[in-house]
Amino acid sequence: MRKHGKVGYLLLIPGMIWLILFFVIPFYSLVATSLYDPNGSVFAGYEMTWEFSNYVHALEDYWQPLLRSFLYAGLATLFCLVLGYVLAYAIAFKAGRWKNLMLVLVIAPFFTSFLVRTLSWKLILADDGLIVNTLQFLHILSQDGRLLATPVAVIAGLTYNFLPFMVLPLFASIDKIDHRLIEAGGDLYASPFVGFWKVTWPLSLPGVVSGTLLTFIPAAGDYINAELLGSPQQRMVGNVIQNLFTDANNYPAAGALSVILMAIIVVMVLFYVRRAGTEELL
Amino acid sequence: MSALRWVRTNLVLILGLLVLAYTFVPIAIVILMSFNEPDSRLIYKFDGFTLDNWLNPCADPGMCEAVARSIEIGLLTTVVATILGTLMAFALVRYEFSGRSSTNLLIFLPMATPEIVMGSSLLALFVAAGFGGSLGFGTILIAHIMFCISFVVVTVRARLAGMSDTLEQAAADLYATPSQTFWRVTFPLVFPGILGAALLAFSLSFDDFIVTNLNAGTTTTFPLYVWGVAQRGVPMQVNVVGTLMFVISIAIVLGGEARNRARTRALREPAAMDMPPPVTAPRS
Repeated sequence: MRKHGKVGYLLLIPGMIWLILFFVIPFYSLVATSLYDPNGSVFAGYEMTWEFSNYVHALEDYWQPLLRSFLYAGLATLFCLVLGYVLAYAIAFKAGRWKNLMLVLVIAPFFTSFLVRTLSWKLILADDGLIVNTLQFLHILSQDGRLLATPVAVIAGLTYNFLPFMVLPLFASIDKIDHRLIEAGGDLYASPFVGFWKVTWPLSLPGVVSGTLLTFIPAAGDYINAELLGSPQQRMVGNVIQNLFTDANNYPAAGALSVILMAIIVVMVLFYVRRAGTEELL
Repeated sequence: MSALRWVRTNLVLILGLLVLAYTFVPIAIVILMSFNEPDSRLIYKFDGFTLDNWLNPCADPGMCEAVARSIEIGLLTTVVATILGTLMAFALVRYEFSGRSSTNLLIFLPMATPEIVMGSSLLALFVAAGFGGSLGFGTILIAHIMFCISFVVVTVRARLAGMSDTLEQAAADLYATPSQTFWRVTFPLVFPGILGAALLAFSLSFDDFIVTNLNAGTTTTFPLYVWGVAQRGVPMQVNVVGTLMFVISIAIVLGGEARNRARTRALREPAAMDMPPPVTAPRS
């Protein structure tokens, strides 16, 4: 039973004020910044000239990193889905009384600093490291081939760093599946593969949708992996926005690019959620 | 032959454990590198075993200052975000008010927005409001509290929503005042949720890089410090901090798990002695 009265509003207001002041209003500032006259500077101040051409210039100049971000994030999400599904399925159906412990182990590595664990990927993929040497021995990589400073390293880093965002929602969905449905499928002569494809997978779709979103969105905006494991050829849109703000001091371009990134993500999310038919997620 | 069959029946479990093992590889390297004696700061590889990094964690005083600052920001963020978020969670679960769906949307959005967009929005606001020159501790704190609130609300709300109110009704039937009911019944039951939310807020704040980097000015937190040294050679003490973070969080999580188990067992005992079982065993 929910209580009526003013208390509810009183409890809500402080947090709401914080979110409105520091989450909603900043969006307006960002949109405003993206329309400033690009000839101004942070020090001299910007003039509002409704400069919509900022968006055109941002797209012209930075369509490559933008596209690359979505490509890398998409691939990383796909790899996370494969790895995460196996792990979530194993925990939900096969772990028995070790379920809780395994869930703790899923999150545990991610308590170590994001940057420190990304740096250790630098060592794993190093030029004279075990992986590169093995791949060279197998002639998958050429003798002077490397993994660091390639898209492979960046995508591997993204996959690793965002895996728990995939595993946890997947687990929540798979764990809820009634095992008798899968057994019933088996009784009706469904092979394990058909049983998975017609029963388990459709029932786990809510987890797939929220897991892929929770992985894709932060991965598309990330630039730590691209910076630490990649090279300037792997720059993602986050690197560009960051540089435009802090080094180039070009606030209008940075603002426009941020708004573009957000707009693309919102459109993709809405489209995707509608296709997947799980609107209650939002 | 039977080994092959065992592998086949347990294939999914084995693959799952392999994925789990994969997530620990970088952690093993962080721990290993915390004992590394590097020949050169520029090449990141294991050269020899030493305890020096553990004995002199503050060899680079800049790092320890950054860690201390991160802890300070993390604690302040945790206190404010946990209070604001818990109040909101209570309002959402226990009270009727208009505008529920827009409130839910406002709570959901910060979790679904890429950090780079949140960070640049805040920076745009701070600069527009004339705080562009005074970015630092205060602006970092504001940003961290902002993105932690939603995670606190979601965590505490899950705990509250899964809780039946029969115990509270029983307390009221036994003439407990509303405030007695709250502090003796409701709060202790919700507390594990609040604690979990606080831990989550602290680790989100302590580990944040993207939002912080845009709004930090010249202030350095631990992630910003690592970012800085990543360009010019990483001191191995960074891995000592990484290892410590890992060990401390594991200890906290496992400790909580052990306490839960002990409590569940204690609650089961009366049932074994032919006494009526408790109405609702608090589960987590």
